[in-house]
Amino acid sequence: MRSVALVLALTAIAVALLALILGASGMDVGRALLALSRGAAGSWDAVLSGTLVRATPLLITGLAITLAFRAGVLNIGAEGQLLMGAAAAAAVGLAWPGLGLLAVPTLLVIGAIAGGAWAAIAAVLRLRFGVLEVISTLMLNFVAQYLLSWLVRGPLQEPQHIYPQSASLAESARLATLVPGTRLHAGFLLGVLLAGMLAIVFARTAAGFRVRLVGANPAAAISAGRIDAARVAFGAFVLSGALAGLAGAVEVSGVTFALYENLSPGYGFSAIAVALLARLHPAGVVGTATLFGALEAGAVAMQRDAGVPSVVVSVVEAVLILLVVAAEQWRTRRVAAQVGA
Amino acid sequence: MADAVAAFLEGTVRTATPLALAALGEAIVERSGVINIGLEGSIIAGALGAVVAANAAGTGAGLAAALVAGAAVAAVFALFAVRLKADQIITGTAVTLLALGLTGTLYRTVFGAGGAALGTPTIGPLAIPGLAALPVVGVALFAQPLTTYLAIALVPATWWWLERTHAGLALRACGENPAAALAAGIGVARVQAAAILFGGALGGIAGGTLVLAQAGTFVEGMSAGRGFIAIAIVVLGRWQPIGVGVAALLFGAASALQFAFQGMGWQLPYQLFLATPYVLTLVALAAARSRFAAPAALGKPVES
Amino acid sequence: MTVAALALEGITKRFGAVTALDDASLTVRAGTVHALLGENGAGKSTLMRVAFGMLAPDRGTVRVAGTAHTFATARGAIDTGLGMVHQHFSLVPALTVAENVALGGRGRFDRAAVAASVRDIGAETGLLLDPDARVATLPVSAQQRLEIVKALSRKARVLILDEPTAVLAPDEARELLAWVKRWAVGERAAVLITHHLADAFAVADDVTVLRRGRTVLARGVDGLTESALVQAMLGEALTVASGAPSAHDRTGAPVLALDRATVVDERGIERLAPTTCEITAGEIVGVAAVEGAGQAELLRLLAGRLRPSSGRATVPLSVGFVPADRHRDAVVLDMPLVENLALKDAAQARSWMPWPALRSETDALMSRFDVRANGPTTPMRALSGGNQQKFVLGRELAEGPVALVVENPTRGLDIRATEEVRSRLRAARDAGLAVVLYSEDLDEVLALADRVLVVHAGQVQAMPPDRTRVGRAMLGAS
Repeated sequence: MRSVALVLALTAIAVALLALILGASGMDVGRALLALSRGAAGSWDAVLSGTLVRATPLLITGLAITLAFRAGVLNIGAEGQLLMGAAAAAAVGLAWPGLGLLAVPTLLVIGAIAGGAWAAIAAVLRLRFGVLEVISTLMLNFVAQYLLSWLVRGPLQEPQHIYPQSASLAESARLATLVPGTRLHAGFLLGVLLAGMLAIVFARTAAGFRVRLVGANPAAAISAGRIDAARVAFGAFVLSGALAGLAGAVEVSGVTFALYENLSPGYGFSAIAVALLARLHPAGVVGTATLFGALEAGAVAMQRDAGVPSVVVSVVEAVLILLVVAAEQWRTRRVAAQVGA
Repeated sequence: MADAVAAFLEGTVRTATPLALAALGEAIVERSGVINIGLEGSIIAGALGAVVAANAAGTGAGLAAALVAGAAVAAVFALFAVRLKADQIITGTAVTLLALGLTGTLYRTVFGAGGAALGTPTIGPLAIPGLAALPVVGVALFAQPLTTYLAIALVPATWWWLERTHAGLALRACGENPAAALAAGIGVARVQAAAILFGGALGGIAGGTLVLAQAGTFVEGMSAGRGFIAIAIVVLGRWQPIGVGVAALLFGAASALQFAFQGMGWQLPYQLFLATPYVLTLVALAAARSRFAAPAALGKPVES
Repeated sequence: MTVAALALEGITKRFGAVTALDDASLTVRAGTVHALLGENGAGKSTLMRVAFGMLAPDRGTVRVAGTAHTFATARGAIDTGLGMVHQHFSLVPALTVAENVALGGRGRFDRAAVAASVRDIGAETGLLLDPDARVATLPVSAQQRLEIVKALSRKARVLILDEPTAVLAPDEARELLAWVKRWAVGERAAVLITHHLADAFAVADDVTVLRRGRTVLARGVDGLTESALVQAMLGEALTVASGAPSAHDRTGAPVLALDRATVVDERGIERLAPTTCEITAGEIVGVAAVEGAGQAELLRLLAGRLRPSSGRATVPLSVGFVPADRHRDAVVLDMPLVENLALKDAAQARSWMPWPALRSETDALMSRFDVRANGPTTPMRALSGGNQQKFVLGRELAEGPVALVVENPTRGLDIRATEEVRSRLRAARDAGLAVVLYSEDLDEVLALADRVLVVHAGQVQAMPPDRTRVGRAMLGAS
């Protein structure tokens, strides 16, 4: 309930902000907002083929960020993990086209494994060598991007060797369409399910509780909880990578059906905003991912119909993060001041 | 062959220039204990500032505007990361998004949907008489735009400032042990804020270089991850100005090699060259065992 | 009569309702070493922070060489010729010796000139240091020399050393004290803050003893006996209700046992010498020690939170532990009470968390231990310190542990909460638990303990709760 209120409040702030920016830039605010709302929610097709399809990778990657940040792991490498998941899924899908009913599950599992393995590099570097994960995951994003760029021009390039992209996946390797005639695929449902699962893991299971403890106060987790905090953080890091990798596989199997160099317009970074705005609550991530999906789908329409640059939504996303951060700091200080600590 | 080598060297230095400028600034920021991944935002803001001001009043104004725009974006970061002690990674991510979005929007507002002010004045190469005619290295080192010479000069200048002035010493102390710096009467928050503004200003000039000395125009998102590359360069250069200069050249060379091979029509997986510096950085970090050479208090908000 | 190098007159300092200094005074004669003694919390460090301009006194005067000063910051104190070496060094490990000395200056940093001045000070005082050495590579004794050199390079004439021997090996400590004695001549003077009697007798010309914020003794060391000094430091026992001693049969098997257990820290220094002891059911074993004597390590061995570097520790899994730093080690401030209850031994939790049951357990704990809060879902941050402590104590006792280890359990609590915590500890003992209690308040240890382990410089020795004997042993008096 609280997350619904949160998303509604954020939406209201986002729209107000957008109007303010557009007005300040001397644009036709009414026309732009109309185009935005049409693009995001003007029709069933806009919602299903635009907003929700766009929201899916943000949702699953947002969950990845949520898991890592909750454990105190600053994984900013979700982008790279997503790309590796996409690449591995495409490679397997293209190499074994005859998997039949097993094709989709296989692709998704392979994508998750690849994303987890990519994150494991940074996790090992942190555990064994004390390398800050912020720096290592940042590096690994670049390496993943170049690896992908090479794959679509080398081993995975389509048969004609003209375009920097892979061949298309067989029908059997594609995620089912949820609503006939739209682009909405089963990946969105999977994301919602995962969000529910992660919410339950955090709220109800011992493992999820340990993750939260380690993130909130590692010293107390070790001393009072006798928890092996380094191990818990390692596990959360790798699983976070697996979720991001899964998001990549879902994108390949549900939207693009092939591997492209520009598969992700920075989902891994937007996901940080998605997760933070949801204040790291999985259920909230469903809402914020949908909000961002709507903003981005609407932005495309806004650019097409009203000539407003679509990047304007990044400003909205950024200001929302900064507002949440400022409110958070302010709240902590106020509570501390009240207790007199 | 000599021509190809000369072209490769020239390409290396040209690509390395904005990277070195941004990375030298970020090195100073990180030595003060702050990691600013909003640097990307300063670069793109500098690029837009440069194209607007250069069209209005020439290249000098363009560079000045780039500097101011880069510092302005960094000021937002400083406000949140230093004043409010918010998480530096989260703030940096937001600031990058903010600048990418704002520049894209403003650019269209200023130049209209057609965009591209093709008449943007540019900074031509400033050949140093005599030296520029040297074989192979002449063009690479002595017939470059002003900003390249600025980047080259900044390497010894920042080194000298860090190692030979009390202000540089104070800044290093803030990054290593802020409590001890406070005890020595150093205003840690002030030092860090000043470092962030300086880093942002250099990031802005890096963006200005992209416009005024290379592309000759502005393109949405033209910073293309250079802010993040600069952070890699700082790490590979071990937070030392000279190391940063060398690392910037290495990253420059990796991408110049790509064009050299393409120019010769070789079908080599150039992406592997591009990825090499990042892998090297990771290996260097792991080999250094723990956070050797990294400022000890990097990324931690200072309690005071 | 010569003018005192440093004189503090009638200093009063309050922190909220607590009076840390109550009309305290100190007169340091030029050319002398002055020992400032007192138990933990007697106000020694507060008094010196006032002298050094780090705290503004509510009343009283600070005179340096006869002139009254009101320092706004430490900077002002430094400029008048005071120098302070804190117990916790403020050095930057990644910088060199010369750079640390130069820190805080302005303008161009002339490495060679600073290095030369470090060498000059070394030649003049014997405090030898390599100006180009990185501080991280220096042993602790050299780091301490560097702190002194830093003060001297700012022309300090009065040196204040806060527990300077606490971090040193015995030989290094002797060497340092001898140096202080040699240095403090002419117009120079040194103040040695310590709770080691031996240090005072070894080098001091004068002593001042603080007790509960007041100056209770100020005189020359000549003719002063050790027992007079101990008497002055400990004073009369405060009346802490003693309660009945253990009625429990103490012939049972030991619950906690150490067998020649040692603790060596990461720098290779032995914090706890080989220790053998047994704690049996139904007794409160008090631990008495001055700060940093090795009691923290002893307690963590007994609580199973630390593995011995050598020797053996036999500790059952069900040991309750109440650490001194509550906020860091015992609770998660941003989590509700029920989750803070579940925090205990969370590593053992399996599959599903039984939150409804845990909520009613939290309710029960709150009423049993009189924790004042709205309910199990109140965040820990919203509780007062006393209620947080009662909660932690209740949590550690909740699942019927066989032993309980508590560290400074009443620090920062008001009288009422303090009394409640103490009676809980007695009740736990009477219920048959093996209880280990360390408190920096000696009277609290003596009032509750059936017997006492005294830790001094990493050595543990057992004795009955006799105030004079324990007091002397913990201060290292012979």
